Parts: sequence; structure tokens; C-alpha cells
Amino acid sequence: MDKVQDNRAWFLIIPVFLIVAFSAVIPLMTVVNYSVQEIFGPGQTFFVGTEWFSAVLADERLHDALVRQIVYSLAVLAIEIPLGILIALGMPGGRSAKTSLTLVLLALPLLIPFNVVGTIWQIFGRGDIGLLGATFRAIGIDYNYTNNSVHAWLTVLVMDVWHWTSLVALLCYAGLQSIPPAFYQAAKIDGASKWAVFRYIQLPKMRGVLIIAVLLRFMDSFMIYTEPFVLTGGGPGNSTTFLSQYLTQMAVGQFDIGKAAAFSIVYFLIVLLFSFIFYTIITRTGEGEKK
Amino acid sequence: MATIQFDNLGHSYHPHPSRPEDYALRRLSQEWEDGKAYALLGPSGCGKSTLLNIISGLLVPSEGRVLFDGLDVTRCTPEERNIAQVFQFPVIYDTMTVYENLAFPLRNRKVPAADVDRRVRQVAEALDLTADLKKRAQRLTPDAKQKISMGRGLVRSDVAAILFDEPLTVIDPHTKWILRRKLRQIHEEYRLTMIYVTHDQVEALTFADKVAVMYEGAMVQLGTPQELFENPQHTFVGYFIGSPGINLMPCTLGNDHALVDGIPIPLPDRAVPAVGGKFELGIRPEFLELTRSGNAGAIPVQVTGVDDLGTSKLATVRLGSHTLKARLSEEQEIPALDAAIRFPTRWTKLYRDSHLVG
Repeated sequence: MDKVQDNRAWFLIIPVFLIVAFSAVIPLMTVVNYSVQEIFGPGQTFFVGTEWFSAVLADERLHDALVRQIVYSLAVLAIEIPLGILIALGMPGGRSAKTSLTLVLLALPLLIPFNVVGTIWQIFGRGDIGLLGATFRAIGIDYNYTNNSVHAWLTVLVMDVWHWTSLVALLCYAGLQSIPPAFYQAAKIDGASKWAVFRYIQLPKMRGVLIIAVLLRFMDSFMIYTEPFVLTGGGPGNSTTFLSQYLTQMAVGQFDIGKAAAFSIVYFLIVLLFSFIFYTIITRTGEGEKK
Repeated sequence: MATIQFDNLGHSYHPHPSRPEDYALRRLSQEWEDGKAYALLGPSGCGKSTLLNIISGLLVPSEGRVLFDGLDVTRCTPEERNIAQVFQFPVIYDTMTVYENLAFPLRNRKVPAADVDRRVRQVAEALDLTADLKKRAQRLTPDAKQKISMGRGLVRSDVAAILFDEPLTVIDPHTKWILRRKLRQIHEEYRLTMIYVTHDQVEALTFADKVAVMYEGAMVQLGTPQELFENPQHTFVGYFIGSPGINLMPCTLGNDHALVDGIPIPLPDRAVPAVGGKFELGIRPEFLELTRSGNAGAIPVQVTGVDDLGTSKLATVRLGSHTLKARLSEEQEIPALDAAIRFPTRWTKLYRDSHLVG
């Protein structure tokens, strides 16, 4: 058959092109546009070059928020990934009522809207009527997330663990289920210990889903906004003000659109950079160049 | 190495088996010799994998006992029995090198490093893996991966038995042949008790000293390849071993002969009570003689087709309402009009309800 050679194939990618343009490229470029202008109101804009970027990079409050954010995200990963793996290892296998029940129970936190999660924990942690807060009071711990910044920070962290560990557990569970029974039988015959089975069979087979879990949990926690907004509003002080809270304050609260746009771009690049670093590290350790 | 004994062994996946069909493995008492190579041969679902898993200890039988060297191991784990098993699909530890994979079963058993190194190199040499020892196992071809799986089975020198569960399924035909020869060599060198499950008769017959043929959960015959060929104890053995399989014709019994469609065929002079069950007469195509009518004992037949197989000819003849196959040498002439067949009594087998009676 003769091949037709012309440019009509381009028509086929127009829908995708349009969707991506309107959903990602144009908004992003608008932000880039804002980030190099001073904006007083509609029509009252003038070009300022990289001034906003210099201002953002020198902003002390932003530095604090960034450090807080990195510590928070690393804490989230350090808790949720091992905990998720442990839960997945302990889950019943096969098709039974027990399996279905476990899956449904685990999926529940994932189905709750983010702001409801914040509200649940806000009430849960109250010293007068909340189960958690009242219990702490009863055993003599002066727990108060509204005026103790350590308590507030820990509450936000525990809330995230409660909300998202299920996701890690479900992903790991899917990874574990894909291991053929022969692997376990062979390990038994080779005299492998439980730890060796985990280290040499289960963990390598979970590598793919763990990459996804780490990336998802990192990006989501790095961009966390709704739950702390509802629970603590970023306080007390600035102790739970993470990057997106600070960004929102700047853009919506102070209407500092140019600076907020520059901040957004820096933020975006940071997320991209960290994701790239994680991805590279995990895939490298998996491949483990042993030549 | 160990002698393996089955004492009234049976297994059913049903909680309360009543009929024989409920059993995945029917009652079996047998003794398998130390240092021999056995093959378990049969079609899918015949119970051969069930039996293998009972021997390895991955499955606890619902009835009877398994003994290794006289010791009851029915409820022992694979480690306690000290067996090695190679599975149908390659099982390798992805993150380890080939060397580490082969050393794994030894290191888990705290074997001294020097001995580990010596054994691993020996096995790698035997399986042509020496060049790959430093490579990561994950990057190798399926062939090489399966060789590693086999190597992990062979690396322990003190095992009671090595079990192979259709290990050559994923291997390409040429390598298959080489690997089978390798296994055979290793067996002859180290005299390990090997048990090899397969549904391929060529594999079973070329590998094993003794072949156990399984059919519908029962072991219908255990014998050397020659015994299976010359003296099939069950019509299934006759049909499954050999290509084409045995010729079978329903018959009735006379005094010293069988009647097939009213045609008398002489029987070996063994007293067979002509009572009960369904009788069948069987003869292998290799033993059916084609001659001209008029010769002594010849029964006239009609030749309906001849296939030239290159090294031999296969004639299809009609006897009454039955179609029979006869394997002939290349040189033998096939009479066109006055063809006849002769049943040498030595190779003519009589079966009652599928079991050999004479």
C-alpha cells in the first residue's frame, strides 16, 4: 500500500492539545506573565522584571514556611510509607469476606472530603467535647492544639497519617497480591527467614507501587492546604503555616498578585525538583548498578 | 538422599470424600528407591502436581503417610524434609546477582563461605552460568532464569530429593534438550533422588529411570520406559506412551482366543476368567505384523492409507469395523490386494475394565 504523506494527522491531536492548553499551559503562562508585573488593578500594570523573584527568594517568612514544609513532608513519608507497608503485609489475602471488609475499612478515610477531615479532627481534638482532647485531659496531658504549636503541628501530622496511610497500604497490597505463590514456596524451600522473604521478594516486587506511593504522598503533602486551614488556620502563630497557606495569604489575603505569582513558580519548581530527586533515587536503588 | 515411601497415601480437596472421583490422588502405597530418577507423567489434572506437593511438604495429605528413610515426614515442612524444588516458572530473587541467588539456600543454612563458593561454582559450571555469575539475575533471559532456579535446587548437596515441577515449560525446544541432558548427567554424577513432573512423554522417558503414569488421580503404572512400552498395565498407558498409541478393540472371549467382530485372534495362553467387565484387546502399532493373506495366522484386512514418516511407514488398516495402525520399516512392501495382519501372541494384550489381565 502507498503511504499517504501529509499533515492531516495533526488534526487528530487537536483535542488533546486544546485540553492541555486550557487546563495547564495557558494558566501557567498567565502566572508567568503576572510574576514579572506590578498589578494595581485591571489595566494598571507595569513591567518589573525579576524584582518579584528577588523579593520572594529573600522573604524570611517564606524560608520558615519552606523549612516547615520540608520537615512536614519528610515526616509524612517517614511514617506513612513504613506503616502502609506493615498494614499491607498484615492484610488477609485471597477472596474472602475478611478481605473485602478490610479493603472497605481502609478505603473509608480516602472517601472523606478534605475539609470534612479537617472538621472531624478539629472536633476530635477539642478538650471539652472531643474524644481525643478529652482523653488527653483525663490522663493529665494538657493537650491544646489551638495554643500549643507542637501540639498543633503533631495534630496536623497525625491527621495526615490517618487520612492517607490507607492509600499507601492499598497500593502495597496490590503489589503484594501480584506475587505468584511459587515465590513464597521457593523461599520456604530455600530456607529463607521472614525478613529475607520481605527483603528479597516482597520489597523488590513492591518497588513499582512504592515509587508511586512516595511520589503521590510527597507531592500531596508538600501542597497540603485544606486540612490545616480548617483545623488550625495556620496557627498558633505561624507553626502550621505551610507553603500553600502562605501563598494563599499573599495572593488572596493581601492581593499581592505579582509576588504570589513569582512564589507560585518557585513553588512549582521546588515540587518538580523534589519529585525528580525522589524518582531518581528510588529507581536507581532498585536497579542497583552491580556490574 | 533418601528412600521415599508412600503408605496408604491419598488426598482429597473435599472435606468428606465418598466417591473415588472425589480424590485428587487415590490410595497409593509404594516405595521409591534412593538415588534414582523418577518421572511423574500424565495429562493436566491427573494429580501429579498434588503428589509432588505432598512429597515436597507444601501440601499435607488428607490420608496416609509419607516416609523418608522410614521416618514419618507427613506433617513436616519442606525445610524439615530437606528437599529442593524447581517450579514451572522461574523463581529468582530480582535484586541479587546470579551468584547470590545460587548461594542463597546455602547461606540461609549457615554453610561456611568457602563451601558455598565451591558449590556455587560447581553448579554454575554444570549449568553454563559461570559467565553470568556477577550479573544481576533480573536482566537475564527466561532460559537463564530457569537455569538459576534449577541451580538453587542442585546447589545443596545434602538434600533428600530434588523435585522438578514441569521445569522446562518456558524453555525453547533446543535448550530444553540440552538442559535435560545436563540434568541427566548431574543425576548420573551425584546419584541424587530426582522426581520430575511432566506431561511430555519424551521428556519423561528420556529423563527417568522409572516413570509413574498418572491418570484421573490414580497411579496406573510405575515402571521403566521399556516396561511401559512393552507391557502397559492400563489402556491409558498404552494410549499415552508411544506415538501413535496402542491399538484397542473391544472384544469378547473364547477359549484360547478373543473375538473381535466375530474374528478370532489367538491369545497368550494365560487363564483368564471370561467373566465380568468390559474386555479390550490391545497391540502396539510397532508389534502388529503386516503380511499377505494365506500365511499362517494371518487375518485379511483392507489397507486404507500409508503415511511415510521418513524413518518408518505407518499403515492404516481396517479390520471389521475397527481402524488399526501398524508401524513398518521403510523397505517393507505393502500388499495392495491380499493384505493381512498377524497378532504375535507375545505382544497381544487383554484388558478388563482398562486393566491388563493377560
